[in-house]
Order: sequence, then C-alpha cells, then structure tokens
Amino acid sequence: MTVTWQRLAFFVAALGMLAAAILPLSSEPTETLFARPMLLAAILLTAALYVGAAFVTPRLSIAVTFAGVVLGCAVTLALLRDDTIAGYATRGFWLPVLANWVAAWLGVARLAAVKPRDKAASRTIDLAIPLLFGAFVFYLWEVAVRGFGVPSVLFPAPSAIAVRFFGSLWMLWQDFFQTFILGVLTGYVIGCGAGFLVAVAAHRYTFLGRGLLPIGNFVSALPIVGVAPIMVMWFGFDWPSKAAVVVVITFFPMLVNTLAGLNAAGHIERDLMRSYGAGHRQTLQKLYLPAAMPFIFNALKINSTLAFIGAIVAEFFGTPTLGIGFRISIEAGRMALDVVWAEIALAALAGMAFYGIVALAERVTTFWHPSYRT
Amino acid sequence: MVARPAEIRWHPIFVRFAPVVVIVLALIAVWYVATVLMNLNLVRGAFERDDTPYTTGQLIAGTMSAERPLLPAPHQIVQTFADDVFGWPVTSPRSLVYHGWVTLSATFVGFLLGATFGIVLAVLIVHVRTLQKSLLPWIICSQMVPILAVAPIVIVVLGAIGLRGLLPKAIISAYLCFFPVVIGVVKGLTSPDPIQRDLMRTWSATPAQIFWKLRWPSAVPFLFTSLKVSITISLIGAIVAELPTGAQAGIGARLLAGSYYGQTIQIWAALVAASVLAVGLIGVVSLIERWVAQLMGARA
Amino acid sequence: MILRSAISLRAEGRNSASGPALATPLHVVEPMRAPDEPNHVTRPGALAVSAHGISLTFQTADGEVEALSNVDLDIAEGDFVSFIGPSGCGKTTLLRVIADLERPTAGTILINGVTSEQARVQRHYGYIFQAPALYPWRTIERNVMLPLEIMGFDAAERRKRVAQYLELVNLSGFERKYPWQLSGGMQQRASIARALSFEPALLLMDEPFGALDEIVRDHLNEQLLRLWNQTGKTVVFVTHSIPEAVFLSTKIVVMSPRPGRIIDVISCNFPRDRTLEIRETPEFLKIAQRVRSGLRSGHSYDE
Repeated sequence: MTVTWQRLAFFVAALGMLAAAILPLSSEPTETLFARPMLLAAILLTAALYVGAAFVTPRLSIAVTFAGVVLGCAVTLALLRDDTIAGYATRGFWLPVLANWVAAWLGVARLAAVKPRDKAASRTIDLAIPLLFGAFVFYLWEVAVRGFGVPSVLFPAPSAIAVRFFGSLWMLWQDFFQTFILGVLTGYVIGCGAGFLVAVAAHRYTFLGRGLLPIGNFVSALPIVGVAPIMVMWFGFDWPSKAAVVVVITFFPMLVNTLAGLNAAGHIERDLMRSYGAGHRQTLQKLYLPAAMPFIFNALKINSTLAFIGAIVAEFFGTPTLGIGFRISIEAGRMALDVVWAEIALAALAGMAFYGIVALAERVTTFWHPSYRT
Repeated sequence: MVARPAEIRWHPIFVRFAPVVVIVLALIAVWYVATVLMNLNLVRGAFERDDTPYTTGQLIAGTMSAERPLLPAPHQIVQTFADDVFGWPVTSPRSLVYHGWVTLSATFVGFLLGATFGIVLAVLIVHVRTLQKSLLPWIICSQMVPILAVAPIVIVVLGAIGLRGLLPKAIISAYLCFFPVVIGVVKGLTSPDPIQRDLMRTWSATPAQIFWKLRWPSAVPFLFTSLKVSITISLIGAIVAELPTGAQAGIGARLLAGSYYGQTIQIWAALVAASVLAVGLIGVVSLIERWVAQLMGARA
Repeated sequence: MILRSAISLRAEGRNSASGPALATPLHVVEPMRAPDEPNHVTRPGALAVSAHGISLTFQTADGEVEALSNVDLDIAEGDFVSFIGPSGCGKTTLLRVIADLERPTAGTILINGVTSEQARVQRHYGYIFQAPALYPWRTIERNVMLPLEIMGFDAAERRKRVAQYLELVNLSGFERKYPWQLSGGMQQRASIARALSFEPALLLMDEPFGALDEIVRDHLNEQLLRLWNQTGKTVVFVTHSIPEAVFLSTKIVVMSPRPGRIIDVISCNFPRDRTLEIRETPEFLKIAQRVRSGLRSGHSYDE
C-alpha cells in the first residue's frame, strides 16, 4: 500500500471513530455519546490522533497510531460496560471497532516496514509485531462476544476466561502437574533418550542402522497415538500409561532424525579424523555429535508438541480424576466452557513455554549453523 | 602395504533389503517371546480357576490363543484383522471397512480444507509482509496447543450451531494438517535463487507473473513433501477427533469400544487398519507426486 | 620473531637424540612417543615415501575404473614434490593411498619405513584438503587444537602450539573468531596451521589453494615456500596449475589419466629464497614447457 492509500485509510479510520457520535450505538434505547462527555472527548482525541498519524513521519506515526488504537479500544470497551449496549450493539458501535482495526493494521504494517540498523532493535520489533497482532485479536474477541451478546455458556469473552483462570489456580496446577510434569516430561526424557541411544548404536553398526531406518520412517508415519488404549491397559490409569504413550510417540522421530544427523558429517571431515588416527569414540564425540545437533534439536522441537498431544489422548482412555484432558472432557460435558477455556489457556501456555525452552537451548548449542546467519 | 584379497561383492538389492528383513524377523520373534511371557499369568490363572491340569506345552499354546490377552500374538492380530475386514458386509457396524471409511471420509475432507487453507495462507504470507511478521509466529504457536484440548470446544460450539458428524471432525483434522502445508509452501515459494528473481525484474514481470512462472513451480516439490506429512496428520486428527465425542463409528470409536469392553485384539486390529490407511494415503499422494513430476520434466 | 621460532624448530629436530619411532611392533596401535617429543628427525637421503607397483581399481556402477596403474615413486626427505595432471589422472588417489585413506589393489608402499596404516596411526603426516574443513562449532583456536586433543597433548602444550603455529601462518589475533568470520584464504591458512600443530614429518596437500582467487593464491604460495624453508618438512602437493607446481617444487611428477600413471619426473633446482618474479625467467619457462609437453604426451589435452 503506497503512502497515499495509507493516508486515505487513516482518514477513513478517523471518520469511523466519529461515527460513534452520529450513528445509533445500540438497537435498544440508550444515551448517545453526547451524554457521556468523557467518552466523547476520548473519541474525538482518537480521531485526531488517526488524522495526525497520516501526516507525521512514518516512524513517529507508528507511536501516534498505537496511542490512538489504545485509546479507541479503551473507549469501545468502556461503552460495553453499559448494559443497554452490550448484546445490542449496532453501527454506531461497530464502525469505531472497525476503525480501530484499520488503524491497528496500518500501525503493524508500518512497523513491519521499518528496517532497523542493529540486531537488538530488529529482534525487539520481530517480537513486538506478533504480540501486538495477538493483543488486537484478543480485543476483537472480547468486543465481538460482548457486543453481539454471545451466550457465555457457549463462547466466553477473554476477560471471563481470565477471571476463571486466576480463580482456579490450584486446580489448574494439579492438572498441569499430572499431565505435564508426570506424563509429558518423564515420557519425553525417556523417549528422546532412548531414541538417541539407539541411533548412536545404529550409527556405529551399519547393519543395524540400515535395518532400523526404514522401519523408523515407516512407524513415524503411522497413527502411533492409537497405542494409548493399549498402554492404559498395561500400565493402569495413572500417569505411567501417559508417560508410556509419550515414550512410544517420541522415540521414532528422535531415532530417525538423530541417525540422519550423525550421518550428516561431510566426508572430508571424516577423512580428517581418519588422518589423525582417531578412534570411533573420539570421532563420535568431536565430529558426529556436534554436527548432528541441528537435526537432534529439530526432533526435540517436533517431539515437544507430539508429547503433549500423546499425553492428553492417553487421558481419554482412562485417568484418575486429574489431568488436563480429563478436566476438559468432564467440563465440556457439563457445558462449563469457561473452565475448558481456562484449561486450554493453560495447555497453550505450557506448550509454548516447552517449545520456547527447547528453541532457546537450540539457539545456544547450534549458533554456528548457517541458518542463523542469513 | 600388501593389497587386500578380493572382497565378496554382495548384490546391491541384497545389501539394501537384508538388514530390514533380518530386523523385522527379529522383532517378530521378540514379539512372540513377549506374548508368551506377558500372557503367562493370565492363562495360568484361567487354568487354575477351572481346576484343569495343564502341561507347559498347553500353557504356551494358551498364551498365543487367549481371548483377552495382555499382548496378542501376531497371528491373532492378523486373524482378527482379516475377519473384521472380510468377514462382515461392508456396511455393517462390525466391519473394519465401514469404520475405516468413516474415518477416511473425515480425513479427506479435513485434508482438503487444511491443504487449501494452508496454500492460500502461504501465498498471502509470502506476498504481504505484515502478515509474514504478525501471523506466522501465531501459526507456529497454534501447533503448540495440543489439539485435543481444543477438540471438545470445537465439537460443542459447532454442535450448538447444528453442525454435527463429519464436519467437526474434518475441522479438527484441518487444524492439525494445515500447518505442515503452510510451512512447506512458504519455504517452497521463497526457494528460488536471488538470481532468478533478479532475472524476472529485468523482464519487468508483474508479481502475478513471477508467482505463476517462478515461485509456484519451484514450490511444487516442497508442496508434495508437506502433503505427505499433512495427510498422515489429518488421519491422526480424524481418529483423535472421534475420542471426545464418544463417537459410534470410525477407527477412534473402535479404539474406544475395544478399550471399554476389554477387547484387546480388536484394538490391535483397529491399529493395523489405521496403519494400512496411512500407508495407502501416502502411496496415493506419492503416485500423484510422481505423475506431476513427470509432467514437469523430472528425471524418470 | 618468526625466524627465531623456526630456527629453534630445526635445531630441535636435529639435536633430538631419539630417532623416529620406526619398527613398531605390529600389535601396538597407539602412538609410541610422548606428545612433546618431535615426530621425526629429518635425515637427508632417507626416503619419506617409497611406492612400488601401486595399482588401484575402483568398482563403480559403470564398471571398473583403473585409477592408478603400476605407479613407482620415491620421495626423499625434505623434498617438495608436486603431482600435476588433469582431472582423473589419479593424483589425488595417489595422495590418498600415501595417507592410507585408500587401499591399493596391488603394490607396496612404505612411509618413513613403515606401512601406510602404521604411518597414519602414528600420525606421521598432516593432510590438508581442498576445502578448509574447519568445524563451524569451534573457534579457530579450538580448530587448530583438534588433532592435539585427539593425540592426548595436555592443555598447556596445546595452547603453546596453537599460538606458535597461528603466528607462523600470520593468523595471530584471530583465535577467538569462528571459521565463517574469516575469508577463504584465511580459513585455508588455519587448516595449514592445524596440520602443522602436531609437527608431522610429512605434509600432504590436495589442491589446497584451488578454491581461491589468483591474488590470494600467489600470496599463499609465497607463504608456503617460506614455511617449507623454515620447517624442512617433506611436502607432497597435488595441483593442476603448472606455474604453481614449477614455482614451489623440487620435483614435479607429471601424471596422465586412463589409466592413471606417471609420465615424467622433473627436477627443479631454483634457489630457496625465490620470489614470484622468477616466473618470468627463461629457466622457469623451460621447465614449465617440459611439464606441458609431458602432459601432452600423456594425452592430457585430448578430449
């Protein structure tokens, strides 16, 4: 979008904001904006900020735009506090929301176009953009649910979920401990560890490697998650069966990727080791393993998501009265969807944190890989 | 340094397949041993309850033919699988073919939805810089949320609007399988050399021309690789989606039923069915890939 | 400073009482001497490499390829020998046979009087490849230390040698850098320092400057010559550049392909302190001409 189109869009956004003052806010009888002086002032200020953003330098406009967006969102959220608007909102309400959307998009677009000089600034921006994007999605969710009056039994607003989340921390912690610490982590460590060791052996003895690799590839493609009922039958209802499922799920991707990584060392580097008269253990320690690290971390990242899925699937086949999967199925049956959403939020945070830790460890150990230099 | 005596030259096919065959046979042997060991207590207990005398031979034979074994012997699984596939009419709820078809249809619909969505999203991400920076991290995050946590919500919400049966399962499958397609196609669309892109610029090509003549053909190999991954994931998604609803039909439902009623061999047979489906799906995609590759002039 | 350290190297080599660890019992595979003993004493006249009737046939998908056919070669200690020829003439294969990275299908080869396998296990030579083959996860310092770690030198000795040899190749100050932060020429110099660090008697170099541009290549040629003069090692150098071979060598081995064999062995006796200007002198051109005619007679210029 060229600058002129962007300027036009800013004007449209400003107009959209002003619509709140002119058009009806709700299908029910309600006070107009002129009876709410604080909000009226805020709306005018927001519209002014949007217009201003159209004319200042691109860098300054980012700050101005986001200031306007924050103010505009606050106004709409404040309007929703009124029971005559919530659930019955019409054009006068939705146009400012859309205006905020347009402005937020423009702000993010300009931020994405910035080419910072130093690495720290560029990394901050790369982090800020998705966060801002996500924050705005949450805003839209909140406004849509409350504005349209979606029954909270069906689809609660983020604020309701947050309230529920912080109100049930103990229950969430117990579920988290049962599913994640006992089920996922133990299974992950055992499964990845076993996969790693078998891969090292398969690398050492080529016959074993040539036999195991096709089998590993084959099994990786199967719906291995189906062994969950069998594991529950063998290991009982409690966490060992969940850990067993995670072990089975994580073993094969780890095996296949580690083997690929150990074979990835170039033949010149291998000849070099031969010319030093180095034994297999020395070559393994100084060449094969470091060269395999990118592949190993690839598997560790994939396994971090697979492990979680496996543990929760296993809970569907039998579990004590604890665990994320258990809680979700029970509460979904009772239509207590806010608890379900709180558990989903927990699962999302846990999953992202797990992946993030593995990715961080990857960056530290494989900083030398070309993919980090481009 | 004396020259070494001539080495035995194995035939290349032998070298390639012998290790796999040997290890598979070894695994089957280990399986049989495990069957005997794991079912021993079960069978011995059954004999003692009936107060019948038994020999070791009968005991071992019993472990390999128990009705509800802890670990079924391979031939038992094959037998039950064959029975459930060929023994019942195809439309009967006792036939594995029927259940397989239910899951397969959800898989297909989910795969089509997910793959299309993934391709469209990938094209948008490559062409709109804002989306690339804001949306891609969230797409990656979406995969870290265990699907099974979200599945019940999807089913309940869709059920409230009146969509039941195939569509919720397909949507859950699509949620799982769009991700590899997005990542793969993005990689493929950005794979052309800078030299190629510069050449396009010297010809003043429009973005649409660059897309259709350069980016899309370069992306096709990446697309097929991710389609193969995606279709297996879609199958897993369809099976997993049947769990929270307590579905009556489908492979996941079969697993649930086998688990509730203690029909262990049935569970294993269902697993084999799922594996057969997975292999079949990958095979179909591979065939299409080879045909397309030939059309695009790949080496035979 | 460099000169002093080089002279002390030569003195060390000559004055050391112990001879090379030859005649090792066959069952001992680990190196015999302590890490701080020099690897070898230069004895002019002794043979560093002695090869007789070497033949090597590869089994490929297209049938048999005779990479080397009945090659006889003697290399004296202290020599700088170049193998020159077109691609496929077996020069790299011959180098790899010397290094025990390939086994010949016929013939015998002795390195410093022992078999090539024993020579490899006893670390008699340092090999330098066409690519620097530095490990990207190690700094330059730790890359040069790699053979020393494998061979069991202690930490203090390792650091001393690394500093010494990085200085010899003019890379002091780059110890903490990673390979990708250095240019191609500097990486190759680091790989030379790595090969020198455990002080082998023999240096085997496989087209080490092939991937570099001509200006850097000329510079490195001069540096290599200086290094050879200072350390007195035996160098076997594979190249496909005639000027490079004639400039650096005391002996040029001209090879030709299909099957790989030696066409001619030419002696060069240019003064030890020569510079690149010598490449325009008539004596230089005469030898280059002789090399070229040898290549032509070996059908190296045919299609």
